[in-house]
Amino acid sequence: SFVQGSKLEIPLWLAKGLHDSKRRIISVELPKIYKEAWRTVFSADASVVDLHKMGPYYYGFGSQLLNFDNPENPEIAQTILQTFISRFRRIMDSSQNAYNEDTSALVARMDELERALFRAGQKGLNDFQCWEKGQASQITVSSLVQNYGKRKFTDMDD
Amino acid sequence: RGSSSRSEAKSGRADLIFLIRFRHCCLLRNQRCVLAYLYDRLLRIRALRWEYGSVLPNTIQFHMSAEEVEWFNRYKKSLATYMRSVGGEEGLDLTQDIKPPKSLYIEVRCLRDYGEFEIDDGTTILLKKNSQHFLPRWKCEQLIRQGVLEHILS
Repeated sequence: SFVQGSKLEIPLWLAKGLHDSKRRIISVELPKIYKEAWRTVFSADASVVDLHKMGPYYYGFGSQLLNFDNPENPEIAQTILQTFISRFRRIMDSSQNAYNEDTSALVARMDELERALFRAGQKGLNDFQCWEKGQASQITVSSLVQNYGKRKFTDMDD
Repeated sequence: RGSSSRSEAKSGRADLIFLIRFRHCCLLRNQRCVLAYLYDRLLRIRALRWEYGSVLPNTIQFHMSAEEVEWFNRYKKSLATYMRSVGGEEGLDLTQDIKPPKSLYIEVRCLRDYGEFEIDDGTTILLKKNSQHFLPRWKCEQLIRQGVLEHILS
C-alpha cells in the first residue's frame, strides 16, 4: 500500500516496468549528474570528470533514463553523446600506448563502458606485442582450465 | 455514500493495477536473471569443447545439469558433423592448430605426473613431472591446453 505522492528509491528495472505515459503511476526524478548543473560541467570539459565515481555506468544508465518521457531528454542525450566523444580519443590513445605499465590511475576515472573499451585496446596491444616477440605460435593452457584448477570443488562424496 | 464507495472502488482498482504491475515486473526481472545465468553457463560449456576437448573431466561434468550435458553432447556432434564435411575426405579438425604452427615437432615440459603416453610409431613415453620431451605437435596440443604439458619455445 503506497501513499500517493510519496517519494521512493527503486531500482531502474522496476521504474521501467511501472512507468506508463498514459497512466501516470510514477514520475522519475533525474539523478543529479544528468541535471542541468552537471550537464554544464560536462560540456565545459568532460575529460576531467571522474565518471567512475559519478556512475559507474554513466552512459548505460543515462541511456536508460531516456525511457521516462522527461522534457529534458534531448539535452540529456546530447550531453551523454558529447561527453563520450570528447573522452574517447584519450582513452583510445592511452590503451594503445600503455604497454606493461600500471594503468590503474588512468582507469580509475573511467566508467564501465570506457573501461571495457580500454581493456579491448590493451588486449589488441598485448596480442600484437606477443606476435612481434614470436610468441604467437606458442600453445598455451586454456584460461578456463586455469580457473578450474584454482577453485576448490565441493566434495563429491557428500 | 454512493459516490464515496465508488471512489473507494476506483482507488482500490488503481491499487490493484499497481500491485499486479509491480509483481509482474519482479517476475520478469527474476526470469531475466535466471536466463542470463544459464546462458553464461552455456557459453562456458561451449568454450570447453574448444579449449579442453571432447571429453570433459568428471569434476566439471558433475556440476552440470542433465540438460547441459545433453546440450554439450549435441553440440559436440554438430561440430563433428560439420568438421567432417569440410576439407575433403578426412574432414578438418578445426579445434587443432588454434595458434599458427611453426614446426612439426615441439619441445614440451611435463607439469605434473600424467603417466604413459603413446606416440604414433607405437612407442610409449612416460610423462613425469618436470620431464622434457620433443614430440609431434598434433599429439601434444590438447595436453598443453589441458595444463598437463607446457610448450617451450626455443
